Amino acid sequence: MPGSVQSIERAAAIIRLLSQSSRPLGVVQIANSLGLAKGTAHGLLKTLQKVGFVNQDATTGKYNSLLDTQGVATGHVDPHELRARSINYADSLASRTGEAVRVGVLNEQSPREVLVRTVHHVFRPDRSSQTLEIGTDAEVHACALGKALLAYNAGAAIITATGPLARRTACTIIDAPELARSLADIRAKGWAADFEELSIGQAGIAAPIRLAGGLVVGAIGISGELDRITSRSGQHATVAPKKALVAEVLQTAGHIVAEFGEPA
Amino acid sequence: MSGRYVAAIDQGTTSTRCILFDRQGRLVSIAQREHRQSFPRPGWVEHDGLEIWHNTIQVVDSAVRKASADYRQISALGVTNQRETTIMWDRGSGLPVAPAITWQDTRTNATAQELRTSPFAQRVHQLTGLQPEGYYASLRLRWLLDHIPGLQAKADRGEVLAGTMDSWLIWNLTGGATGAETRHVTDVTNASRTLLMDIDTCQWHPELLSGLDLPLSILPEIRPSLDNYGHTSDVLPGTPIGAVLGDQQAALFGQHCFQSGQAKCTLGSGSFLLMNTGVQPIRSQSGLISTVGYQIRGQDPVYAHEGSIAVTGSLVQWLRDGLGLIKTPAEIETLAMTVPDNGGCYLVPAFAGLFAPHWQSEARGVVVGLTGFINKGHIARAALEATAWQIREVIDAMTADTGIVPTQLRVDGGMTANNLLMQILADALGIEVTRAMVPETVALGAAYAAGLTTGLWADRAALPSNTHPAGRWTPHQDPTYRETQHRQWRRAVQRALDWNET
Repeated sequence: MPGSVQSIERAAAIIRLLSQSSRPLGVVQIANSLGLAKGTAHGLLKTLQKVGFVNQDATTGKYNSLLDTQGVATGHVDPHELRARSINYADSLASRTGEAVRVGVLNEQSPREVLVRTVHHVFRPDRSSQTLEIGTDAEVHACALGKALLAYNAGAAIITATGPLARRTACTIIDAPELARSLADIRAKGWAADFEELSIGQAGIAAPIRLAGGLVVGAIGISGELDRITSRSGQHATVAPKKALVAEVLQTAGHIVAEFGEPA
Repeated sequence: MSGRYVAAIDQGTTSTRCILFDRQGRLVSIAQREHRQSFPRPGWVEHDGLEIWHNTIQVVDSAVRKASADYRQISALGVTNQRETTIMWDRGSGLPVAPAITWQDTRTNATAQELRTSPFAQRVHQLTGLQPEGYYASLRLRWLLDHIPGLQAKADRGEVLAGTMDSWLIWNLTGGATGAETRHVTDVTNASRTLLMDIDTCQWHPELLSGLDLPLSILPEIRPSLDNYGHTSDVLPGTPIGAVLGDQQAALFGQHCFQSGQAKCTLGSGSFLLMNTGVQPIRSQSGLISTVGYQIRGQDPVYAHEGSIAVTGSLVQWLRDGLGLIKTPAEIETLAMTVPDNGGCYLVPAFAGLFAPHWQSEARGVVVGLTGFINKGHIARAALEATAWQIREVIDAMTADTGIVPTQLRVDGGMTANNLLMQILADALGIEVTRAMVPETVALGAAYAAGLTTGLWADRAALPSNTHPAGRWTPHQDPTYRETQHRQWRRAVQRALDWNET
């Protein structure tokens, strides 16, 4: 058989060793246990840390496997963990844009339906009365937050496409091929938007939170009045999200991704 | 002032952070490093001063890099710290003579007890506004002088300096052992926690020093919170240090509690409820303490009423590190959500005795109401409820002292990221809870204070308004159910009292 990739074999061995161990291990212990040069083990551990498979304790320097706890093999990140790592930057995004911010994940509770669940919600920073929407679900195809998640999850996209797409407003995308084109466009640009697709007069911009290696663990977005989120340009007065707001959302997503690279 | 950013160093109980804010008070970057919690004996909690100083250097560098900034763009530096934690160091070498004794450490409880029952106690309370508790810095200094061989002699020769963590950081930031402009200072909010400061004059009082036989030479100079603390030497070279504030007072400042009656609660390792009481300190009858809220250079100090709870977030860390029930702090919410309620169990985390309002150093932690039905989800739930009930007790005591019934509580701090906890809190208090837009209100307060001193903001009216809430929780619970649960909690607290025998 063709040679298997030695780095992956060694990485798997490191993961198994850490998972078996009752306490975190240092690089020398790991290297000795697996017969690796210390430098080799160190390089593997740093990459495993970057992709979120292992964690290095900031004070002891020892490593532990994250695979059994955060379900990283399945791609699932604990929503509260996601909120903890997002909160500072999400708050800052709300403050900088003056709009409400949401962090969302796909909620695949039902095998036939996919929703977007809000795991963090920051109020729009004004004097208006708002209700906290943490824990609520919305149609994944009808808002920027949902579409940003759908674009990077083929399985969820298939489920959504085969079911009926509920119409929330006259602008909601209810045609499966049109949705597929919209998702491809999101992947090309790296961000999603919705214009009055969830509710009239409202718009949203969202970006995926994409860890090293490409796995999307959630999305972050702003939403608010159409006239504040978008501007009209060109001959045909096409509605498009304000570039500065898109940049803010993308930058915030980048900061959150960087937080996942830090020790817990 | 043309600088774009203000930097705050938040030297906390479990970690040291550096946070950069812009002129609009928005968080630009944050860097954090945890330090070791050392428990050499039951009831002892220590930190390594050098480890903390090295972490400080690293997080400042990291925060500036993450902001893609240059150190010259930092117009001011503010320092805020975990209060009461005490450290002594050799003036010549710059090395600590012992690990820092933290505010959670209980080794001086016996001395505090002796002091409380002595004729001197009343004079102490009259001068400082505090009842002697092991909690306060001066008793820890006395302990170090009594137990480290040769230290008393060195102190008498003037070779040793002492202080709370703000003094240690400022000393190192301004040049340390080798610097020509090194400052040995502290601010009034930190000094008001030592049992050595006259709360009316804001100066060290000779009677208090001689009562504990402490030499004046080891103590830092007391300055107003917002003042010129010198310039940094190697870290962000030449940056003016414009403010020093104890962390809870910094949060009060960061939450814009500038008027008498305004209050905030910071939920961190411990939780602290502070209310601005204006230009007069209020002597508490209900187990709370009078402290200095802040002082602006050239003005009278502003006082605050404080209720401190020793163990809230620390409990979550203990469930992670001591019991291995969770792998990360955020998981406590996931675990607690696996059950609908506490299943009848209650957890009183009196790990270091009980602070406000009970102040019983003999109390220790208990879990009551266990049956075979209880699983780790219930324990997690009980752990979160413990935070809420302890805050309820402090609010009730504050109302008894001041006559003010809060209709809303402003919260900040790391634990406000826990959505379930916030709802539990609103339910336990029976009032609306709102979360500040920036959870890092402690650092923001230090940044505001430093920026005001150096002129980045002209006056308090010019400070960016952060009073818009980021989130709001309203009580859902049936009031009868709430009071039943509250009664059960109070019964559980009774079980925690009078455990430790010295």
